[in-house]
Amino acid sequence: MIGANGAGKSTLLRTVAGLHRPVAGTIQLDGSDITHLPAHRRVAAGIVMVPEGRRLFPSLSLEENLKLGSTRSRSGAWDLDRVYQLFPWMAERRGGPTVHLSGGEQQAVAIGRALMANPRILLLDELSLGLAPAVVQRLYDMLPALLATGMSILLVEQDVTQALRVSDWAHCLLEGRIMLSGRPRDLALTEVEAAYFGLSKRAVGGGG
Amino acid sequence: MVWVNAIVQGILLGGLYALFACGLSLMFGVMRVVNLAHGDFAVLAAYLALAIITGLHVPVLWSALVVAPLFGMVGYLVQRFIIQRSLDVSPLTTLLVTFGLSIVIQNGLLEGLSANSQSLPSGSLASASFQVNNQLSIGYESVIVFAVAVVVLVCLQLFLSRARLGREVRAAADDQEAATIVGVNVRHVYGVTAAIAFATVALAGVAFGMYSSFNPAAGPQRLIFAFEAVVIGGVGSLWGTLAGGIILGLAQVLGSQVDASFGVLAGHLVFLMVLALRPSGLIPARLS
Repeated sequence: MIGANGAGKSTLLRTVAGLHRPVAGTIQLDGSDITHLPAHRRVAAGIVMVPEGRRLFPSLSLEENLKLGSTRSRSGAWDLDRVYQLFPWMAERRGGPTVHLSGGEQQAVAIGRALMANPRILLLDELSLGLAPAVVQRLYDMLPALLATGMSILLVEQDVTQALRVSDWAHCLLEGRIMLSGRPRDLALTEVEAAYFGLSKRAVGGGG
Repeated sequence: MVWVNAIVQGILLGGLYALFACGLSLMFGVMRVVNLAHGDFAVLAAYLALAIITGLHVPVLWSALVVAPLFGMVGYLVQRFIIQRSLDVSPLTTLLVTFGLSIVIQNGLLEGLSANSQSLPSGSLASASFQVNNQLSIGYESVIVFAVAVVVLVCLQLFLSRARLGREVRAAADDQEAATIVGVNVRHVYGVTAAIAFATVALAGVAFGMYSSFNPAAGPQRLIFAFEAVVIGGVGSLWGTLAGGIILGLAQVLGSQVDASFGVLAGHLVFLMVLALRPSGLIPARLS
């Protein structure tokens, strides 16, 4: 899900996670209506969000942050050991606070915390926000391995190139509406640009 | 020896203040709720204990075992059905709601049970004491209350730091929304927090009733002591609350040693001094 600032990407994600009540319409998961399911029970249904800005718990240790992720865990392969396998550096610092970690490390903890719930659908909000490009690259390189375990990822991102590189399907959002959808390889750059900035096709010379 | 006696009494009284204040501290630390009816619930608990003692002819300690869990349930319901609704509106509404609860409890008690002062009959416990030496004796009653306070605070600390639900409480205190998206039912956690707070305030109310007489209007005066203990110790810190309670107790007992009418004022002065010199309290928050 790509789009400019204020396009409604985060609002969409937060609505899917259950933090906002939709004004109209329904949210369905595997054909069952979850529009009125409270946010904490959507976790049990398999929808788990990594929020914008990480939102780790400062008074909890790293491991407690991870354990909290399994509050309403579905059964599955992800547990503490598996997360420590994915991020080996965490095991050594499990007892310490998360406030001293770098932004990239905090983002990794936030992802680990979400994985502990064994999500069917992982919602990632602005993974790259405030992180160095090399760190962002490393986080993105990890996503195919997560997809390979069978979960789906709904990624919200301002960094279009990065997002299109890893996704199977892309939507471009503008002022709360989807302007463009398709497989990234089928989308022309000018087409994406037009949808992203809200330019009419004529204005960019009928591109795409 | 008079002073040693005063210090011992002050510390023991401080245990009661800590027991009384920890619920206030917990509810503020976790939900940012300032419960203005805190003192009135303590008084209500004392009346309930009195009814149980006179109705069932059981000793005061047994009545506490009934009143505390009952108040735990009351706390859960009050949080879920009254305070939570106001939390969804604004912090000011919450303040008004707890203020309203305070008035309702006071007037309800006044209407039903008259303005007469009551006290809890603690029987032989009231006068029993250790004789340390000729001049120093320590009452069993105050030692039991102090011990209960310490045990409650230790259990509460262990619950918060070790238990799964305690972890959820800390998470909800840190960031309510983040707690929701990892699957914590924040409203339930708030209810549990209030249940703990109300159970402790019930214990404190029964203990207060053994120490001194109470009437329907006694709540707000006691609430001030709880506030002072919390602020002296540091808001949101349980050990701070214990330290704050003990300092307040010491100030009051030592103050009344100087002049019988100076006790409560001495407590207020220490409170003002801490507020002026160290506004975050002696032991700054860990919970929040």
